[in-house]
Amino acid sequence: MITFVVNGKEVHSEQPADTPLLWVIREELGLTGTKFGCGMAQCGACTVHVNGTPVRSCVTPISQLSGKKVTTIEGLAPNGEHRLQKAWVAEQVPQCGYCQSGQIMQAAALLAKNPHPSREQIVNHMNGNLCRCGTYNRIVRAVQRASKEV
Amino acid sequence: MTPAMLETTISRRGFLKAAGALTFAFTVTGSLAGRVAEAFAADDPAKFNAWVSIAPDGTVTVMMPAAEMGQGALTSLSLILAEELDADWSKVTTQYAPPIPKIYGNYHPLFRGAMLTAASVSTPGYWMSMRMGGAQARRVLMDNVAREWNVPLAELGTEPGFVVHAASGRRISYGDVVKFATLPAAPPQLTEADLKKPSQFRLIGREDIGRVDVPSKTDGSAMYGIDVRLPGMIYATVLEAPSDGAKAVRVNLEEVMRIKGVKKVLAMPFGVAVIGDTVHATRKARAALKVQWDNTNAAAKDFDSERAMQEYARHGRDPNARAMPWFEKGDAPKALGGAARTLEAEYSSVHCYHAQMEPMNCVARVAEDGQSAEIWTGTQSSALAALVASSVLGLTPDRIRVHQHLLGGGYGRRIWPDAVAQAVALSNVTKQTVKLMLTREDDFAAARPRPMTHHILKAGLDANGELVAWHHRLVAENVDAVAAPPRFKATGGKDIIGWRGLEEPFYAVPNMLADAVREQRGVRVHAWRGIGAGYNKFAAESFLDECAHAMGKDPLALRLELTKDSPRANAVIRAVAEMADWKRPRPKGRALGIAFSDYHDSFSAGIAEVSVDAKTGKIRVHEYWVAGDAGIVVQPENAHAQLESAVVYGLSSALVEELTFKDGGVVQTNFHEYQVLRMRDVPQIHTKVIVTDNPPTGLGELGVPCVAPAIGNALFKLTGKRVRQLPMSPRRVAAALRT
Repeated sequence: MITFVVNGKEVHSEQPADTPLLWVIREELGLTGTKFGCGMAQCGACTVHVNGTPVRSCVTPISQLSGKKVTTIEGLAPNGEHRLQKAWVAEQVPQCGYCQSGQIMQAAALLAKNPHPSREQIVNHMNGNLCRCGTYNRIVRAVQRASKEV
Repeated sequence: MTPAMLETTISRRGFLKAAGALTFAFTVTGSLAGRVAEAFAADDPAKFNAWVSIAPDGTVTVMMPAAEMGQGALTSLSLILAEELDADWSKVTTQYAPPIPKIYGNYHPLFRGAMLTAASVSTPGYWMSMRMGGAQARRVLMDNVAREWNVPLAELGTEPGFVVHAASGRRISYGDVVKFATLPAAPPQLTEADLKKPSQFRLIGREDIGRVDVPSKTDGSAMYGIDVRLPGMIYATVLEAPSDGAKAVRVNLEEVMRIKGVKKVLAMPFGVAVIGDTVHATRKARAALKVQWDNTNAAAKDFDSERAMQEYARHGRDPNARAMPWFEKGDAPKALGGAARTLEAEYSSVHCYHAQMEPMNCVARVAEDGQSAEIWTGTQSSALAALVASSVLGLTPDRIRVHQHLLGGGYGRRIWPDAVAQAVALSNVTKQTVKLMLTREDDFAAARPRPMTHHILKAGLDANGELVAWHHRLVAENVDAVAAPPRFKATGGKDIIGWRGLEEPFYAVPNMLADAVREQRGVRVHAWRGIGAGYNKFAAESFLDECAHAMGKDPLALRLELTKDSPRANAVIRAVAEMADWKRPRPKGRALGIAFSDYHDSFSAGIAEVSVDAKTGKIRVHEYWVAGDAGIVVQPENAHAQLESAVVYGLSSALVEELTFKDGGVVQTNFHEYQVLRMRDVPQIHTKVIVTDNPPTGLGELGVPCVAPAIGNALFKLTGKRVRQLPMSPRRVAAALRT
């Protein structure tokens, strides 16, 4: 059994130690906001925070999580009111929306470290997250908007 | 407006009862009258199909016939109905319509009643239906109030959510009207003249109305097919057969069955399925599977895309090729024969993968007696999903209940319900509720790509150097033959998906011919965002640029000249030239290229500003301008978003995407081998939406076709070298620069 914390709640998972965090989050805990895209850290749809650092949960076995704190999109802010989430609505970023939880989690880690990133810093930080609907420029605008509120 | 209800779980009878609501059916003119009369007259309430209902608390529920895949249908279609109903937008919600094409089909000329979300025609196809639906419901409310208050109908009007009597100052909410209202025996007979004029719109065209699905897509609460979890559910994944008809003859069953949590390994006609207790178990088993395939009866047996490309070219050049005409004006062969000067060039494009971010999936529960089933999925056609599910079980489609969900990308891929068929088959075999999720690797293996194409273009100039003859020949597999065989048969073998964009209705060239040569290789080619226009306009608009240079004309000036009798086409070209400031010299090392394309009655033009790394051959697009005219625009902000999105999709296929086949199967397995555009390579995109009073036409794909030719034309301007293959990848560009 592996014990860790997800969105402030202690979790005891009986799954095999090599089980990727993604499947425990989605299928065991029912937190389906975190998405499966590629299974090999190529797209970023599964991005969550582990102790504040963005990780690809599809390649993070739960064996690495003992005692650690995981944050998913559902736990990013009460009532979905993180400044990034509000900026995402204001800029009307999502289209199909499937990648956007991962995008927001990736961006949130950036703003936590660097409250006023340049456009180039945003692009470099976000480049690993695919968006097939091509909302990239809106994502940049939303991060910039949110950074003004820091 | 509250977020849409995401499941059609309530029976229609239950819906009517539970809501205590007034439910309206409606009619529209012409071809819809018959089927709507049937809907309205049905005496069994269970068969009573409706488009809108209003509850006593004022909640307006719009039945949603289209899927939401990011294009905004949940908002735009309900907004259109709400406009004519004069509803209070904050009280409007939606519910997915059941898969009954007779009632909820799209009567756009392309679909003729098919219930399908594709081809950018949800807004155009449901435009009049939704307006009439709203207008009729409004009239019924007003008739009831006129009776109740004993005032003439003509003295009544409406304000959002209220019927008002200006003379007496009385007003009553729609919810309160519902409490005493009765439905007439026959629907009020309204015509287009009873509808609002665009100047009277309160909701359509509003910049400040956001998409209803956006908030749920920022907090993780949006529900996609892959998010469905049901009690007692087991998991499945499928190692996809490399091609239809390939048969698994040897499977390392014992080894795979030893993996903890694996329950079954099943050789199925579509591949080898693994059933297990957890996703992890099925994925581990999938990775451990070793399958030997017998390709004797495989549809795409031995298909090798690189080799086939050479064969396509040879077939296109063959003077005896069997080519079917698609677009004809004047006599192009004769005019080419008599031309003072002829130009000729060949273009090609590779297969492309949809790369929708949500891999294909479906949850299925077949009833114990095998006589009915429920499916949970996100599909571009719940009707086709029901049809396919029913045929797997030998039932009729009405025995299938489809729970529609949001789509994590469609772009054409989610028209085909292969995952539905697989999940239903596996549920039927196991007699359990099965959640099927493909790995990304199998989503690649099950690709239904945009066709690979070869193009031969010829142009003739007369003695004055004017363009007088044009011939565009396409060589490709036919999408309609694979995806819509009945329609393919009905058109006598015309591929209305794959040939789109070969036609040139807006260029005043007196003699034009476009025709196509069919390849049959067993590849499951499919609709892909922008369909045929994506590659056909790459070839045609690049070749037109070649003509302009040969004629010594500015590419913009030539396009303006050729469209001078087509005002809407001419206007988007002029608009984009102004946006990009076409005549302004660019910094050293950069150049502009332009292209124009119509798409399903909409118009767009694009200009790309590019540079190129001479050593690596990598093209960089710095700026992209696009102007589009799709008539009346329902959601302006979303119109810009759709254009941007289509431009990025177009950039990706123009620059990096390349799906190849060897031995009948897809070579690439995941995003490390198949590139799609990432943030770093996205230019500044400038969009202009030209709003006209024309009925709305498609917007979701409109931005795609101009991108590739605009880039190629800019590259030529910059380097004097033309790249005639898609994608214009660094390898190809570097090779062209060395020539």
